[in-house]
Amino acid sequence: MTESNTPAAKRGVPLWVQILIWTVLVALLVLVGVTLNKRQQGTVQPGDSIPEFSLPLFSGYEFEGRNEVTLSDFKGKVVVLNFWASWCKPCEQEAAELQEAWEFYEPRGDVIFLGVDYVDTEPEARAYLKKFEITFPNGPDKGTKISQMFRMSGVPETYFIDREGVLQYVKIGPFASVNEIKSNVDPLLP
Amino acid sequence: MQKFFFGSTLALLLIAFSSGLVLAQEPTPSDDEVNAIAKQLYCPVCENTPLDVCPTEACRQWRELIRQQLNDGWTEDQIKQYFVENYGARVLAEPPRQGLNWLVYLLPPLIILTGAYILLRSMREWTSPKSIPTDSDGKGATTPKPKDEYVNRLEEELKKRK
Repeated sequence: MTESNTPAAKRGVPLWVQILIWTVLVALLVLVGVTLNKRQQGTVQPGDSIPEFSLPLFSGYEFEGRNEVTLSDFKGKVVVLNFWASWCKPCEQEAAELQEAWEFYEPRGDVIFLGVDYVDTEPEARAYLKKFEITFPNGPDKGTKISQMFRMSGVPETYFIDREGVLQYVKIGPFASVNEIKSNVDPLLP
Repeated sequence: MQKFFFGSTLALLLIAFSSGLVLAQEPTPSDDEVNAIAKQLYCPVCENTPLDVCPTEACRQWRELIRQQLNDGWTEDQIKQYFVENYGARVLAEPPRQGLNWLVYLLPPLIILTGAYILLRSMREWTSPKSIPTDSDGKGATTPKPKDEYVNRLEEELKKRK
């Protein structure tokens, strides 16, 4: 009788451990892949419907007496959603232009400007709003929920949402002039 | 007159000295107290930078906010909770134990334990003696088995070539 006929002792890693290891590895790879894909997607794209969100407003910057607004409150209106922060120097470049554009459209009633203050402290945010004499509704992005929803890449960033709640244009960086803002709002008006 | 002059000079010196001490004091709460909390938080703007060492204007504002909150009697947990509510859970140096965050706590020990288990098994295999071939009756072979005829011939041929 030769050695090859003896029953081979089963050694090595048990099957269930191997399955567990491979499952964990594959799950990790999927997780990393999904996260990377999400990051590379960039901001929400023109043509995307913007999901509902709510924005608490700073005292003194309310909308028609309300201290919190939702996107659906502005159904039928063009929404200009501007992300900014008091520590953001490029935001200062466009602050006056945004206010001027708001003063131009406000009497019409079918355009609303909303300022979303991104990771900021309230006293500095208020000082910024006062410094640039901004009057349109403004509020903090609590828990960075809105900026995450828009997959915002930095400040300033401005989103032009049409009357049906569909994103039409994204401006990354500051506006050079009031006309640049108007050129993106006017085509969305009836 | 001389006594009055001496007394006035001494009083002025004492005032000047005491006001010097006041100016040398640290702000309340001190930077160390602020940084003790700030180092448990991360800058929400610049990735992977703890708040206590972050040089940006935004982080300076947040450190001042912590100082103000400490001054108002807030506890460490209340301050951290405020930061989470306002800037999201990503500002925490230690992620909260919930949802997918559990992976951060469970995966490393799990990987270490699995690795240790595999290593232990492999080491046992390497150090254990080779299994002794047994006869068909189940008894261990006590005498060396006669060599295969082919092996014998091979060895003879090799000897001849030497």
